[in-house]
Amino acid sequence: MHDLLSKRLPMMLAFFAGMVIIVAFFSGHPTLTNFRSNMQVWVSIIGGFTLLLGVVSITSVNYRRVRKLEKDWPYKLILLISLVVSGGFGIFQGTEAGTVYDWLFQNMSAPMMSSMFAMLAFFIASAAYRAFRARTVEATILLVVAMIVMLGRVPIGQVIYHRLPEITEWIMNYPNLAVQRGIIIGAALGAASMSIRIILGIERTYMGR
Amino acid sequence: MNPADSSLIEMSVAGFLILSIFSFLYKDNPFYRLAEHIFAGLTAGYYVGLIYQTVIVQQLTIPIYREGKLELIFPALLGILMFTRFFDRFSYLSRISLAFVMGNTAGIFLIQQLHGLVLPQTQATIINPLAGSWLLGAVPGGMIIIAGVITTLIYFYFSKEHKGVLGKTARVGMVFIMISFGAHFGYTVMARLSLLIGQVKFVAFDWLPRLIGVN
Repeated sequence: MHDLLSKRLPMMLAFFAGMVIIVAFFSGHPTLTNFRSNMQVWVSIIGGFTLLLGVVSITSVNYRRVRKLEKDWPYKLILLISLVVSGGFGIFQGTEAGTVYDWLFQNMSAPMMSSMFAMLAFFIASAAYRAFRARTVEATILLVVAMIVMLGRVPIGQVIYHRLPEITEWIMNYPNLAVQRGIIIGAALGAASMSIRIILGIERTYMGR
Repeated sequence: MNPADSSLIEMSVAGFLILSIFSFLYKDNPFYRLAEHIFAGLTAGYYVGLIYQTVIVQQLTIPIYREGKLELIFPALLGILMFTRFFDRFSYLSRISLAFVMGNTAGIFLIQQLHGLVLPQTQATIINPLAGSWLLGAVPGGMIIIAGVITTLIYFYFSKEHKGVLGKTARVGMVFIMISFGAHFGYTVMARLSLLIGQVKFVAFDWLPRLIGVN
């Protein structure tokens, strides 16, 4: 029984769930297509529970630290209070505009998120200083193109050389696009082959083996 | 947030948190850690509220109770099975839910990647590269795209050692990749700087003047 529930049933379910999607797509049969749409709703529901699993995990880890008064416990307590307040208002009051949940997002989460991203500008600059020393041909190309794109996106670039924005556009539309396509095609082929492995039960690392 | 529609309290909360986050540029300090933990807690709470309202209420309880869609009990049970991970004795049961999600996602991915990405991208690359004007650079551009796509794919082909013609082609691919990475780097830096300017503008020109009563 343990073997059935821990190995065979999950593999059969993965095969069935994957094949239904593929067969429904290629056959176009209304019943199968409808079933496929329902299954996508089911996955969305399970995904919701999975995210809650993560929240439960964060809560239990931090609660344990607060209870044992471990190092930095006041910060963990603040984290738990923030979680309970935001989540609690989201559950009991709703998430529409004008609710406390929305207020917390607009006035606290969003400014902090933007600041975190903005702060990356400094870290990128310091990393660039170390990485961009033109020691090889490749590094020099990267450095020159980055400089052109950065200057081509601001008014001072046009003052330096009036065709710099055009050159930037050309770089973005041709060589950059070519590489993006190459990477997308390569990654998509890799993802497709991994999908086949999962459906056929060859790839089972997600089950912890 | 729009400073014009915000009260001083709202702006002060946002301003204090922005300054606390930026204080990390000096060094790790209690203000940064406070903001960091508030952010982590609020983000987790944000997802709790969002999932509860959009998944549990809209996709599960309303369809089951009001529309009688009892088949939705099945994904709900699979979702609850995920929580068996917290109990060592029954944790293997969570594999059932995980396998269902993985199989479904793999099926969607297979079609999405091949039908939605590989074929359209290949089509866009090879169909009529000579269309357009030589003068406006469309034809040379099309040739560059073909060369770039092929050499990039060859650069990431590791089943054969990069020697001889393959090695030289991969080297050209490397140059293309460096151009793209440089372009992306420049683009990302400018996007981050734009965010930084917005945050500094909010603190220096919107919040602080209002706080000290200048504005």
